[in-house]
Amino acid sequence: MSRHSYIKRPNRPLQFYAALFLVVLYLPVLFLPLFSFNTSIYVKFPLTGFTFQWYVELMDREPVWAALMNSLRVGITTSIISTGFGVFAAKAITRYRLPGKGPLIGFIMLPLVVPGIIFGVALLVLISRLGIQLSLVTVTVGHVIVCLPFAIATMIPRFEGFDPSVEEASADLGENAWWTFWRVTFPMVFPGILASLLLTFTVSFDEFIMAFFLSGTDPTLPMYIWSQLRFPKEFPSILALASIILVVSFALVFLGQWLNRDTQATDLNSE
Amino acid sequence: MTQNDAFISIQNVNKYFGKFHAINDVSIDIKHGEFFSLLGSSGCGKTTLLRMLAGFENPTSGEIYIDGQPMSGVPPHHRPVNMVFQSYAIFPHLNVRDNIAYGLRKQKLPRAQRDALVDEMLDLIKLPDYGDHKANQLSGGQRQRIALARSLILRPKVLLLDEPLGALDKQLREQMQLELRALQKTVGITFVFVTHDQEEALTLSDRMAVMSNGRDLQVDTPTRLYESPINREVASFIGTMNFFDGRVKALTNGGAEIEAVGLGNLCTSNIPPNLKPGQSVCVAIRPEKLSLSRDAQSGFNQVKGRLDNAAYLGERSHYYVSIEGVSKPVAVSVQNRQRANGNGENQCPVWLSWEDNAFVVLGNG
Repeated sequence: MSRHSYIKRPNRPLQFYAALFLVVLYLPVLFLPLFSFNTSIYVKFPLTGFTFQWYVELMDREPVWAALMNSLRVGITTSIISTGFGVFAAKAITRYRLPGKGPLIGFIMLPLVVPGIIFGVALLVLISRLGIQLSLVTVTVGHVIVCLPFAIATMIPRFEGFDPSVEEASADLGENAWWTFWRVTFPMVFPGILASLLLTFTVSFDEFIMAFFLSGTDPTLPMYIWSQLRFPKEFPSILALASIILVVSFALVFLGQWLNRDTQATDLNSE
Repeated sequence: MTQNDAFISIQNVNKYFGKFHAINDVSIDIKHGEFFSLLGSSGCGKTTLLRMLAGFENPTSGEIYIDGQPMSGVPPHHRPVNMVFQSYAIFPHLNVRDNIAYGLRKQKLPRAQRDALVDEMLDLIKLPDYGDHKANQLSGGQRQRIALARSLILRPKVLLLDEPLGALDKQLREQMQLELRALQKTVGITFVFVTHDQEEALTLSDRMAVMSNGRDLQVDTPTRLYESPINREVASFIGTMNFFDGRVKALTNGGAEIEAVGLGNLCTSNIPPNLKPGQSVCVAIRPEKLSLSRDAQSGFNQVKGRLDNAAYLGERSHYYVSIEGVSKPVAVSVQNRQRANGNGENQCPVWLSWEDNAFVVLGNG
């Protein structure tokens, strides 16, 4: 008797395709960490030797720490605001009969496909028309727009994953909408909220174009990287910085996905 | 105010979902402490009606009174009713204990007293050692009991049950039916029970309403609904029924003499009001009220037919007998006292007989 069912049997070409896909996707990115440990300041083969020098140098740079703090402040604020909006938007989309729901979702998801440069220019024009000083606040506004689709897309499956009659049961047992949200809805979507916070933080932390248009005198970390690319002898340190960002971003997104993993599982278990 | 002593009074309630007329001018009164069932096929409006009692839907017109209070505009969390959902809606992030104690928050009880109440409920539903289990470690029957306990701990005036036994297998369902009925007697709370299972409704209810297409067709005791359905729709929805066309020959003292196509003359006192001689009517008889025999019986109302077909149902068999002049074969139920031999398709001639008053005359509609 075969161990594999029709749908689960191994598929060699598909496995090969998947492997190739991952290689093409990530191999170029892996050159960054590789050269960040190289003793030469030039990015070229052959490698000359292994060193932590660039990482150590990075630690001593005041502007890097300043930019990091800027990025953290923008990232944390953005993730809280966009996840907050995302929770209520996702609840509205999944729970209520809204007229024009399809187009509405389309509009919410639009920032994912509209080129960042267009949004950036548009916001810049709007903000300067309003006479608002460019600062980390304006960067945060831009980042919330970019991050909102990610937050909503993360939260919708969470809300779809649980039986709405659970919320009705809470109302039936005497709790109003406020208490129902805190005692039932919030704990049930909480893994999604964590995932959304981590994801939107990462998107904001790595975002460049909006920050390019909307930041004032305080650079975010990607802005700082951009500004240092002109100086060839700074380049290995930038590679080191980029490698750190890469690892942290990966870690955060994977952590978010892992926390949010049982969206479907809880649903299946209840059958 | 209500004009009567009904505990729940549904008065001329209509409900539209867009253009769909989900509830069509329904008026039902339910007494205090009654086990009341809403029976109907899916889409007949029974669940909508229950959800209106709970406050999840509002009537488009009409009014619902519970314990004398009009319920318009009263949100679910302020109604003196609790509901057991079809999916049970157990809170998956809480354990059994916290599920049962969920509604007690507002009462601000001391911890010991609250725990005592929960223990009492766990005993009542016969799950005393399950307090610390998570919801997803429980079987369907156990979840159903927790949903019950969670509602009953609040001592509601009315308990609403939306097909709570629908997801259980047959054996467990029958056991839960008995337990539910015993529980209702113990706690003395008015139960409103929605089901599409006619046997369940007949077994459990003090009274029940048969619904179809948003209307309440008949509200009565299970016995009267089964024995004296008011029209053909009710009669065919509950159990099996044989229908015959007929004409009123004469009205007798408290009954009528009917000339039925294929059967000849028959007498019955199961008649609707305002029957007039000469009127065309529909007469009906349950399969178990007919007797089947190979030979003519003396002194009985009887008719000759031909055995068409048989369906073996375990404790009884349904035989289908064709009678001259009647288009559909007549179903006859026979208890399988002896071992059934399964020779039901041999086209042999048989006699069908019945007692007086076995037939019911149906009203129009």
